[in-house]
Amino acid sequence: MDLNRFNGAVPPPGTGVGGSVPSTAKILISGGFGVGKTTLVGTISEIRPLRTEEPMSDRSVGVDDTRGVRAKTTTTVAMDFGRISFPSGLVLYLFGTPGQERFWFMWDELAIGAIGAVVLADTRRVADCFAAIDYFERSGIPFIIAVNCFDGAPRFEPEDIRIALSLGPEVPIVLGDARQRDSVKQVLVSLVRYVMSGNRRPNQVVRAHGAG
Amino acid sequence: MTGHDSHGDRWFDREAGPVVRPYAVTKGRTLPSGGASFGLIDVVIATSERQPEFLRLGPEHRRILSLCRRPTPIVDLTSEIDLPLGVVRVLLGDLASEGMVRVLSTQKQPVTDERLLRMVLDGLESL
Repeated sequence: MDLNRFNGAVPPPGTGVGGSVPSTAKILISGGFGVGKTTLVGTISEIRPLRTEEPMSDRSVGVDDTRGVRAKTTTTVAMDFGRISFPSGLVLYLFGTPGQERFWFMWDELAIGAIGAVVLADTRRVADCFAAIDYFERSGIPFIIAVNCFDGAPRFEPEDIRIALSLGPEVPIVLGDARQRDSVKQVLVSLVRYVMSGNRRPNQVVRAHGAG
Repeated sequence: MTGHDSHGDRWFDREAGPVVRPYAVTKGRTLPSGGASFGLIDVVIATSERQPEFLRLGPEHRRILSLCRRPTPIVDLTSEIDLPLGVVRVLLGDLASEGMVRVLSTQKQPVTDERLLRMVLDGLESL
């Protein structure tokens, strides 16, 4: 699946009868369980619920392990998303990526058209964000690392974190606090600036989950 | 998944469960007709008040039409009417094939639109 087919909607001006048409964009917030994804989203945006009950289609073959549960044809995910409406008519959505492996199919759904992703890392357990980094590298989605500086967590220099995560020199690493609005704002700004800079590596692989 | 709603750990209480299985309102269909694919942040607009030609409108169709009088992103629509995303997509497919809604698809370029990025950056910096 080509994850880069869509890149946010900027409708032509003058469309729509019952009100102006919003421009829409989305950013993914990813990272290990309990790293502060929901906190980050709630710090800067209005949180709304989203219910999905998706058929397990061929999209999830090789992702959802359905051996032995052939009768189950749908899987339910209750999730939240964040929404920030701007006076310009832009609506920015923040989607936290679900943690459990059985919800990998949702990642593709969320990733289509995303501007990029913030991978939240906790220095006490950096390995928790490996899966997210892998996913975004493989699907060619630009991402930055935001180190959520918890109280009492060991502090590391960004370059130590880069080594621990085996990241290329181009991936920005920012330190932040998911509870602080200004900090979250800076994290998101860093991501957008990074995407705009064109400094990132060209997309190597377009398939998110493939034969590879 | 119970109903506690503390900050930062928010779940919405659905303990009662739906009265009808979700895909019953789509008559068991799990994919939109005509192979349409609707992205989460595509914007839906109701285009017509006329009666559909081939479709028998259900109450869920009507709710979608009523919400989409104002251009509404699919993710907001889904959140608002509290049906699963997959169900909303099927119902949207019905309405789109009757020409009763228009879905403004997000852009298809491989490179993110500079204008959109600039809007996002300006917006974030103004927060």
